[in-house]
Amino acid sequence: MDTLIQQLVNGVTLGSVYAIVALGYTMVYGIVQLINFAHGDVVMIGAMVAYSIIAALVGAHVPLSPLAIVVVATVCSIPVCMVVGYGLERAAYRPLRNAPRLAPLITAIGLSIVLENVALIIWGRSPLPYPQIIDTITYRLTSHPDGATITNVQIAIIGLSIVMMAGLLLLVYRTKIGVAMRATAQNAQVAGLMGIDVNRVISITFVIGSGLAAVAGVMDGTYYGVAHYQMGFILGLKAFTAAVLGGIGNLGGAMLGGLLLGIIEALGAGYVGELTNLCHLSGWSHALALRCVDDPHLALFGSNYQDVFAFVVLILVLVFRPSGLLGERVSDRA
Amino acid sequence: MASDAGTAGELLVARDIGKRFGGIAALSDVSFSIRRGEIYGLIGPNGAGKTSLFNVLTGIYTKDSGTFVFDGAPLDDLKPDEVAERGIARTFQNIRLFANLSALENVMVGRHVRTHATVIGAIFRGRRTRDEERAIRRRSIELLDYVGVRRRANDLAKHLAYGDQRRLEIARALATDPRLLALDEPAAGMNATETAGLRSLLESIRRDGTTILLIEHDMKLVMSVCDRVLVLDYGKKLAEGPAAEVQKDERVIAAYLGGDVSLNLKGT
Amino acid sequence: MHAFFDTRRRPALVWIGLALVAAALIALPWALAGIGTAWVRITNLAVLYCFLALGLNIVVGFAGLLDLGYIAFYGVGAYVYALLASPQFGIHLPFWVILPLGALLACIFGMLLGAPTLKLRGDYLAIVTLGFGEIVRIFLNNLSTPFNLTNGPQGISLIDPFRLDGLSFAGTQHVLGHALSSPIKYYYFLVAVLLVVIVVNVRLQNSRIGRAWEAIREDEVAARAMGINTRNMKLLAYAMGASFGGIAGGMFSAMQGFISPESFVLVESIMVLSMVVLGGMGNVFGVVIGALLLSYIPEVLRYTVGPAQQAVFGRTLIDPEVFRMLLFGLALVLMMLFRPAGILPSAVRKRELEQDSADGQ
Repeated sequence: MDTLIQQLVNGVTLGSVYAIVALGYTMVYGIVQLINFAHGDVVMIGAMVAYSIIAALVGAHVPLSPLAIVVVATVCSIPVCMVVGYGLERAAYRPLRNAPRLAPLITAIGLSIVLENVALIIWGRSPLPYPQIIDTITYRLTSHPDGATITNVQIAIIGLSIVMMAGLLLLVYRTKIGVAMRATAQNAQVAGLMGIDVNRVISITFVIGSGLAAVAGVMDGTYYGVAHYQMGFILGLKAFTAAVLGGIGNLGGAMLGGLLLGIIEALGAGYVGELTNLCHLSGWSHALALRCVDDPHLALFGSNYQDVFAFVVLILVLVFRPSGLLGERVSDRA
Repeated sequence: MASDAGTAGELLVARDIGKRFGGIAALSDVSFSIRRGEIYGLIGPNGAGKTSLFNVLTGIYTKDSGTFVFDGAPLDDLKPDEVAERGIARTFQNIRLFANLSALENVMVGRHVRTHATVIGAIFRGRRTRDEERAIRRRSIELLDYVGVRRRANDLAKHLAYGDQRRLEIARALATDPRLLALDEPAAGMNATETAGLRSLLESIRRDGTTILLIEHDMKLVMSVCDRVLVLDYGKKLAEGPAAEVQKDERVIAAYLGGDVSLNLKGT
Repeated sequence: MHAFFDTRRRPALVWIGLALVAAALIALPWALAGIGTAWVRITNLAVLYCFLALGLNIVVGFAGLLDLGYIAFYGVGAYVYALLASPQFGIHLPFWVILPLGALLACIFGMLLGAPTLKLRGDYLAIVTLGFGEIVRIFLNNLSTPFNLTNGPQGISLIDPFRLDGLSFAGTQHVLGHALSSPIKYYYFLVAVLLVVIVVNVRLQNSRIGRAWEAIREDEVAARAMGINTRNMKLLAYAMGASFGGIAGGMFSAMQGFISPESFVLVESIMVLSMVVLGGMGNVFGVVIGALLLSYIPEVLRYTVGPAQQAVFGRTLIDPEVFRMLLFGLALVLMMLFRPAGILPSAVRKRELEQDSADGQ
């Protein structure tokens, strides 16, 4: 029971980060039907920039509270990511807007490689230890002494995600630019005819998504305690999976998909070892029984397969419900 | 059922075809039959369900009710490629050529369904494969000649003039050796000269033994070339019969030609 | 392009051309060995990349299905060879048994992946294949416990070289006073296989099957309406591409003598894809040129970028490896923006078409 609660807490935390990144994918996809392959790398840039600022502020002994330092770093990394996102759209995607679908996808892959290697030049090859300047406070969730816990960092990540999602929903459903975005998503051509500056709307979409990515980068770095020039790849892929799971192009879907994926992963990692424990089969094989004496946790798959779950989910969703949980049927029929 | 459908003379029999999109009935209880060797017109105002009927017939949509009997055998729940194999070839309202293949290659693709070379055959290129390949090429050039775009054989399809693209699409469809050729607005966007050329092309296709199902908005073309006409309105059959009779049908005039008549009156 | 291989049309010219090419291909390793044996090895890898790129070209170039996990099939082939011809399990089967097995297994993997996913739209398919590639890599990395199948990240070493009738491809033989080193033997083998693969590719492209693939690439709905069973044809493209990858993997295993999951990462998939894109998707000779370029340029960079930086700045600012990847990324972007058809697009195609008109008359 405690394992379950603990994995749920971890899953929801992880899922909040996925959801924020997934929003970036889903907004862009909803409006220009492009998988912004480089989005994960924008997250990485966000984490890296914030890392540098935190390190610089701490190094210079600036008289700020740790929390304020993290806030300053986050606030500074947001515009950097926005500029990167804007630049990507402007230089590489906009010229290909009417090209065959594969062209922008290949461009996106190229951009992803460029961003990673620029980061590699700036920040180096080895994983950077994210400065743990905020003291972690652990709250116990059950009466059991070794029971499930939640930390202040986890609470902050979950809380901040909720605030950002609410803000985004307000923006999309309650403001003029939100109306323009939704109109463009429905039909860019008609939206253009109605006087909406479609290029501006698309740019703004990229900028907003990149801003969210910056925050997600800081969350991820703070949560795991490391940042790395390749951290965006797997994170991006999982967030994309989350977006597809929820129904790509659908904001609520990205949030739901992110949370679900986080929970699936956490539960998977927590239970796969037990589920595939070969020692249950000891009765069938003498050799197996002997090995289980040495190692009662002998499992076919351990938690090192954690990254596989996301891909399995992705493939299953695409095969059985390509429109996702909340999405409409996607079809490019005649 | 097969007995009455197999009546000599009837190539395609459609019975009570229905198709819904969400709450909207695109087609309801449409029945008609096409005789061998005729040019059968399918007309109706925009949104009457003509293209839906085409898509249901050629397997792009699955129908909700009714049956098609083609050449004596039911044609139900087949996929588009199986429909083509059974002998129904089509063109598209918004031309769908293989843009980056040459005109000749486009037609050669049409031969796919009537030829047999496998991967092994293609790799080893034995005598049989070479002979087949030569035959494909010869037949495709003949067809380009037939529709009148042979001189553009080696140009990419996307570089052809609009009228030539329409004709090329017909050649590609003919390459599948269809017994029924279904054309979706082949005259759309053509000028008077091109339309006249198209009319004689349709007539020679019919003369050479292929039955034609024709969706068309150009009434002059429909009335001059079609033996019989089916009029659809709001997904329902409004009238069916020889072109001259349908033209006089009051319901048809009211629903469809009516608009034209009043326009003509205003014009004169 | 089949006219190029049609020796009946212009016999003298074609034979002279072929003889020259053959002579150059035979002489090349000796010339390279003069510069350094390393260059023969580099050339062998380049030929292997040509092989891979041609396999991927069937999937991406002909059928228009973007595959970002192609290297997984290469990995499957490589591991099949490594497991059946190394001390790992003490099995030592001959290469002409294992290579087809590897191709078969890769082909089965290709179909297993393809069957449920081929109805997806192109960009979704790309992501799924990418995920599949990662899954294969994760398994290769972790299948060392509880039973040691792949030996995990340490990889498998002491893999048997090719042996043919007592002649081992490892070590040096002396033939007619010339020292025939291991890389040179592999070179001849690889080039011979590559030539076969090129012919296979060209013949496939100019066949009923190849045209069906290209039709699917251009317009799937129209292709179906023309009677092409698009699902089967796509599966076929996947299976063919995967088998090519499997064979290439087996040759890689034998040639290197050591493999680990590190060789089958996403970047490799992207590299092979870049070769196809750079050369010109669907153009067999373009793809070969793309593969050669992207194989040699990094090596040239390795020998020039470092020293050049040393000379200018007095130290190495940018690691040549990073520089190479940056160039890859930029090349992909710039190619798509300015020359989406690749290095060898229209010119060759035009010539090919003019030839068609010649037989048309």
